[in-house]
Amino acid sequence: MPTITMNVNGTAVSANVENRTVLSAALREELGLTGTHIGCDTSQCGACVVHVNGKAVKACTMFAVEANGADVDTIEGQAHVDGSLNVIQQAFQDHHGLQCGFCTPGMIMSAAALLKENPKPTEAEVRDYLEGNICRCTGYQGIVNAIMAASGQTPAIAAE
Amino acid sequence: MAADGGMGHATKRREDVRFLTGRGKYTDDYTPAKTTYCAFARSTVANGKINSIDTKDAAGMPGVVTVFTGEDFAEVGGNPAGWLINSRDGEPMKEPKRPVLAHGKVRHVGDAYAAVIAETLEQAMDAVEAIDADIDELDAVVNMVDALANSTTLVHDEIGTNQCFDWGWIEDNRAATDEAIKNAPHVTTLELVNNRLVPNAMEPRCSIGEYDPGTGDYKLTTTSQNPHLTRLLISAFVMGIPENKLTVHAPDVGGGFGSKIYHYGEEALVLAAAKKLNRPVKWTSTRTEAFLSDAHGRDHVTKIELACERDGTFIAFRTETMANVGAYLSNFSTATPTFLHGTLMAGNYTVPNVYVNVKAVFTNTAPVDAYRGAGRPEATFSLERVIDKAARELGMDPIALRRKNFIKPDQYPYASAAGLEYDSGNYDALMDGLEAAADLAGFEARRAESAKNGKLRGLGINSYIEACGIAPSNLVGVLGSRVGLYDAATVRVNATGNISVMVGAHSHGQGHETAFPQVVADMLGVDPMSIEIVHGDTSKIPFGMGTYGSRSLAVCGSAVFRATEKIIKKATLIAAHMMEDKPENVDFEDGDFSVKGTNKKVSFGDVALKAYIPHDFPLEDIEPGLEETAFYDPANFTYPSGAYACEVEVDPDTGKVDICSMIAMDDFGNVVNPMIVTGQVQGGLAQGIGQALLEHGIYDENGQLLSGSLMDYAMPRADDLPNFVVDHSHATRCTHNPIGVKGCGEAGAIGSPPTVVNAVVDALQRGGHDVEHIDMPVSPARVWEAMNG
Repeated sequence: MPTITMNVNGTAVSANVENRTVLSAALREELGLTGTHIGCDTSQCGACVVHVNGKAVKACTMFAVEANGADVDTIEGQAHVDGSLNVIQQAFQDHHGLQCGFCTPGMIMSAAALLKENPKPTEAEVRDYLEGNICRCTGYQGIVNAIMAASGQTPAIAAE
Repeated sequence: MAADGGMGHATKRREDVRFLTGRGKYTDDYTPAKTTYCAFARSTVANGKINSIDTKDAAGMPGVVTVFTGEDFAEVGGNPAGWLINSRDGEPMKEPKRPVLAHGKVRHVGDAYAAVIAETLEQAMDAVEAIDADIDELDAVVNMVDALANSTTLVHDEIGTNQCFDWGWIEDNRAATDEAIKNAPHVTTLELVNNRLVPNAMEPRCSIGEYDPGTGDYKLTTTSQNPHLTRLLISAFVMGIPENKLTVHAPDVGGGFGSKIYHYGEEALVLAAAKKLNRPVKWTSTRTEAFLSDAHGRDHVTKIELACERDGTFIAFRTETMANVGAYLSNFSTATPTFLHGTLMAGNYTVPNVYVNVKAVFTNTAPVDAYRGAGRPEATFSLERVIDKAARELGMDPIALRRKNFIKPDQYPYASAAGLEYDSGNYDALMDGLEAAADLAGFEARRAESAKNGKLRGLGINSYIEACGIAPSNLVGVLGSRVGLYDAATVRVNATGNISVMVGAHSHGQGHETAFPQVVADMLGVDPMSIEIVHGDTSKIPFGMGTYGSRSLAVCGSAVFRATEKIIKKATLIAAHMMEDKPENVDFEDGDFSVKGTNKKVSFGDVALKAYIPHDFPLEDIEPGLEETAFYDPANFTYPSGAYACEVEVDPDTGKVDICSMIAMDDFGNVVNPMIVTGQVQGGLAQGIGQALLEHGIYDENGQLLSGSLMDYAMPRADDLPNFVVDHSHATRCTHNPIGVKGCGEAGAIGSPPTVVNAVVDALQRGGHDVEHIDMPVSPARVWEAMNG
């Protein structure tokens, strides 16, 4: 089995993986980073979105060996060093952008990538960008509100 | 008193922090030491005779530990239906055995007939491919009309029919309803389909079995909405494992919507395998397996008639429904199309005659069971679609027609013609609120604007009632339930004053860890953050029935309330002892006990500590400790209700429907956390709009699931949905539970589908198209066909 080395959330790590192992499985099973979730088998749900070399990637769409040498950021590395929530995470809590929490890591990672590319998106741009992340609980409104708020904008229809 | 963060406060959810940081612990996040992995061989045909299953090659594959087939479970029990329904002729329903693994026959695509346990998941999956199953494909029964007409092609040969039951409700009303319809001045008839849905909780099912040979204890970690119910089913019916030797633990659960209520064969299998191997055994569903083997929802074909006077006064509703139960009876499958559907067929209306006939039909498809709303969306859809059609036929405004027949606020308690006693509501107030919020006066201008852009705009209105807070045990016992539907809570005040609340309900996204402490904090006058909810683990919680049917706060929350009342009662005794006065002279307010007319005062924390250091207790009168349990069995269902409005634009060139606005006015009674309630409604609306416009579990004539992946089954995405207007201010308190709450989890999914379809039909009608109905999902192809076909 090949040995790969990645820089995950700022720390160098190594793992032995089969050639067929996808990155999402390697993160969960080999590195114990179970915050990256697996919700489907067709790369549709987006629960496994991580950042590879700064870009949002569905971790089930690449083999772990392809991430050899890459910088990988996962949900576990998103909070501030003191453990407090970052701006996007805090906005999700403030705007009830999650219920069961299963899609949430992927949503946060997609939201972070969106705001990096487009710091002041319109609501339509947010909804369009999230096309690859499925949430079954919230109806997306809390998520969209959270991302608008995290970008310093006022959501169209606020929650309570 | 309203403690900071108590009742009615939009407290931010404390559980969010772990979910937002990747520290949630879902079942698949657990991997005990020495875990083995399970993969299932599942049928690729809808109906087949198993001649033989040769597992020899699979057993010899690398890493394979053992292989099971249906034969290994031939002697264990079947997974039962929770409700016994009797047919109109008095015959009990047909209950063919649902085995752990298919044996003799496979009955739907995805029916598991063998399981491989291996050192790694990949090895298990590889070995499944090496199983040599000799299965003769037989003709499949897919369509319900064919299934009922067909006496030779059977899903279950041993019962001699594909009909599970033929149920009438209320049989004593049948003749009067028939007579009323025969003599009515006007009868509106509508035939409609309530489309099959796949629940698709984002977390796929997962089960881990463990066995300790030293103690003989089993542990099942599993994705469940109701761990005690799962334990009961495994112990009493399927495996015979004594309840006291089996722990069922459902950790964080990633959505359920009904699909994780039920006990599934995979859970029994991993337990049996763990005992055989003396190692943990883990199975995690793929999304493909979820599509093929999770219980689906809805799938009714209905003819409904509404008889009324020329002035629109309702005289009777008569419904004939075929309800698909799939290949096996799932645990609530027989209750869903009957007592969760037929009993709601009077809606919000003073109609005197209601009769419902439901034929439940076995087909070679995945089992169908309760999915968010469970029977009530089907009832509401039938009623509110036929009412809209009647309004057009009578030349009446659809709101005026509904208002004319609404039960009025002074008529409660109201005995509906479908057998329920509604305790409270105010449907006119909801409709008033809706009319104001929807700016109906501005509709024509918006329609003209849409027309300028080449779009047809329509307005859909709906009102609904649901029966929630499931359920009074005495009533459901009469109706055929084999279980009680109470819930339970233990409130444990620790010596240092913080509080653990063990509850039978189990959150799979509803925010119980935040909302339940709000109730207790309010009653005790303490900081909500000093209160912790314990749930999901049968070894830690009292026996409760779990979370579904919008019941958690109404039923389990009421148990929490009752247990907290007991805590206050006992703490008052202790406080009186501490202050050397009589308990009847002691007041409890804002977290302090005081003696009337004196300045004597002790805090709740002082009393808690004293309870555990009872050096001077009069032990004949006061036991040490401060811990109380309550079981709460509701006196009635709760009756949330609402009025919804939707505006759509239809593109006449493509048939595409866009939702411009969706407004939900709901009456949930008292509200503990308005933020969470709003979120529940928004999520329900999304699933209801998904049903109305996008989602469809489609089987072809051979029983192959055509929409069997997230690439084929259209789940609502962010850009499919509008922002919703959600309002729950027009509330009438539930009269029979101590918190006054009615439940909010299913409302959006119940109220929205007919609202959307009413809006689409309205748009087409206003656009000059003589279209009376389009079946869901109202896809572009169907709309275009209706306009041009």
